Amino acid sequence: MMGKGTQMVRTPGVPGLHFPASLGQLSISASYIARPLICCTQLPAQLEEVGRDSRYSSSYGAMDKEYVGFAALPNQLHRKSIKKGFDFTLMVAGESGLGKSTLINSLFLTNLYEDRQLPEASARLTQTLTIERRGVEIEEGGIKVKLTLVDTPGFGDSVDCSDCWLPVVRFIEEQFEQYLRDESGLNRKNIQDSRVHCCLYFISPFGRGLRPLDVAFLRAVHEKVNIIPVIGKADALMPRETQALKQKIRDQLKEEEINIYQFPDCDSDEDEDFKRQDAEMKESIPFAVVGSCEVVRDIDSRPVRGRCYSWGTVEVENPHHCDFLNLRRMLVQTHLQDLKEVTHDLLYEGYRARCLQSLARPGARDRASRSKLSRRSTTEIPLPMLPMLPLAETEKLIREKDEELRRMQEMLEKMQAQVQQSQAPGEQSDAL
Amino acid sequence: MSKGLPETRTDAAMSELVPEPRPKPAVPMKPVSINANLLGYIGIDTIIEQMRKKTMKTGFDFNIMVVGQSGLGKSTLVNTLFKSQVSRKSSSWNREEKIPKTVEIKAVGHVIEEGGVKMKLTVIDTPGFGDQINNENCWEPIEKYINEQYEKFLKEEVNIARKKRIPDTRVHCCLYFISPTGHSLRPLDLEFMKHLSKVVNIIPVIAKADTMTLEEKSEFKQRVRKELEVHGIEFYPQKEFDEDLEDKTENDKIRQESMPFAVVGSDKEYQVNGKRVLGRKTPWGIIEVENLHHCEFALLRDFVIRTHLQDLKEVTHNIHYETYRAKRLNDNGGLPPGEGLLGSVLPPVPATPCPTAE
Repeated sequence: MMGKGTQMVRTPGVPGLHFPASLGQLSISASYIARPLICCTQLPAQLEEVGRDSRYSSSYGAMDKEYVGFAALPNQLHRKSIKKGFDFTLMVAGESGLGKSTLINSLFLTNLYEDRQLPEASARLTQTLTIERRGVEIEEGGIKVKLTLVDTPGFGDSVDCSDCWLPVVRFIEEQFEQYLRDESGLNRKNIQDSRVHCCLYFISPFGRGLRPLDVAFLRAVHEKVNIIPVIGKADALMPRETQALKQKIRDQLKEEEINIYQFPDCDSDEDEDFKRQDAEMKESIPFAVVGSCEVVRDIDSRPVRGRCYSWGTVEVENPHHCDFLNLRRMLVQTHLQDLKEVTHDLLYEGYRARCLQSLARPGARDRASRSKLSRRSTTEIPLPMLPMLPLAETEKLIREKDEELRRMQEMLEKMQAQVQQSQAPGEQSDAL
Repeated sequence: MSKGLPETRTDAAMSELVPEPRPKPAVPMKPVSINANLLGYIGIDTIIEQMRKKTMKTGFDFNIMVVGQSGLGKSTLVNTLFKSQVSRKSSSWNREEKIPKTVEIKAVGHVIEEGGVKMKLTVIDTPGFGDQINNENCWEPIEKYINEQYEKFLKEEVNIARKKRIPDTRVHCCLYFISPTGHSLRPLDLEFMKHLSKVVNIIPVIAKADTMTLEEKSEFKQRVRKELEVHGIEFYPQKEFDEDLEDKTENDKIRQESMPFAVVGSDKEYQVNGKRVLGRKTPWGIIEVENLHHCEFALLRDFVIRTHLQDLKEVTHNIHYETYRAKRLNDNGGLPPGEGLLGSVLPPVPATPCPTAE
């Protein structure tokens, strides 16, 4: 996103706001500071260089006199956020017995489900869906990640599963509610972000694509959380069957108009290897995974993580055997931050707009363009939490924010005009 | 074995069979051994050969029903069992079928021949079972179908002019496919088996067992067996129908160790060690369907076809069918269906005594 190819513009006195030349990319959101971190995780080497340069240039007098040095800003932000730590909430959903717990343990190399007691079938006859949260702190390379896992035991178990997804939808919305309340509150320094950033939905390898229950669940949550479909226990399938199943699922998702998480396209200036990997990864959605926490010996007696059968050993980390590596790379190594951002910028904002839309107040017409819902639905949506603050105060808050937004938009337009003027002679202004 | 028949009939029958008690002889007879050396060869043992010849000429029918969620490999397994394309899928043109909204019953019949013996095999498929969001009572169409077959047979049996060989469409065996979750039975599995184990012979089978390692398989089987026992579900071979000690020991072994059979099905052949075998080829190895180290398909096949085929039919006829018949007769006041107030719309047939009535 902020690679070498982007045109940068000098920003007069508004630190932290990046205005790329193509203003279509601009989105004003509360966590714009988070954006440069993508650069950090993907191209650390490059930033190191930049940092070094800026340090030298400031102490020895810049070799390039036009070099100001705020290109080091991402680095500073990087260091600050390392100190703060990351948090990430991952939800796993799907019928029981698809290998969800094993996969989570394999992904994060921890044993989160040690004390779990599996209920018998008779107990499950009357079980309703419950939401369980487990937290774990993982540290790697000096970076701390506070991972929260949301599990949904009981999903799809009973004979009658009608509406069994409603508690899950309610849970996701409650997290948004909580965040909205915190954001509109007075003490915003320590907002705990408990919103669900990603949902791994497990599809059975035994069916022939998505089952009616899968479709119903995905339809209920696709506008509220990033969905990554995953085929569990993929060692049940031969390679040909895996491909056929993946294609069937992709077709069904398109047919039912379910929006799963879309990987952002990589920049055109990335190297060929990365682009190829990226394309491969996109092709293999839904990921067909196998999980295992046991170390076994394969044919050449090397210790690998896998499952040992009488006819051979499945290696979890072998790309020819399953897509575990792809999933891990995508979820943990490259797109962790993007998932958080999409949750915040797209899904949360959508929820917020819908929520505030339901308030009957003047100036609501301005917001109609942002929200898809019509005014008729005002009466149907119960306003969840804003009654906490007196209505007048909320109104004031909203109007203030509206003003802010309008001011920023005006500034934007002025910028745009300026840029166009300066570009008129045909020369492009360079950032560095 | 008379279950629920009216008392008088039993007594009448019994009195015909038991002879008058003879006076005790003064000198006790020498005990006659069963394997007495006869003075010459009579030829009674040729009865087996005669029966065999007759069976070969008439052939016999076998009806097997497969029940389970879609995608568990039911059709493939049936094809593998009988080494021919006998399932519903193979007969129809349309291979990509949508999940039906309610459970449908589709029966497909084939005649297969081996060693001069003809078998009319009917495979009854139940697409749509367990696939909906709300699966309440999805076993009802299946129960209804099974009872309808009993009803058909009963109607033929009470006819005055009976056919020489009543066509037997009753379900002799129901293979129930359990999903290999590795945890335990699903509530739907329990409900189905509870309702139907009293009506038909159920053989539970763990489908697609190539997803479980040996330890996982044995743990899962133990858990399933325990759950079935706790709920009082009697699957075939039922304990109460073991006729003698020999049967009991043999069946006990099967019940407590092998069942439910963990199977893998395939209709494709691959080359392994110079032989062509039915199997599944994966990047990490080839799963041989008929290799006992890999899965228990061979055990299931031997059990259903080579050793217990006739027993399945007999238990269906002597026990399940008789239970149904007795219930029907009792409901109808001891009269066969079609007679009396509970019977048909027509007034009861007068005078001529029906052979099966009192």
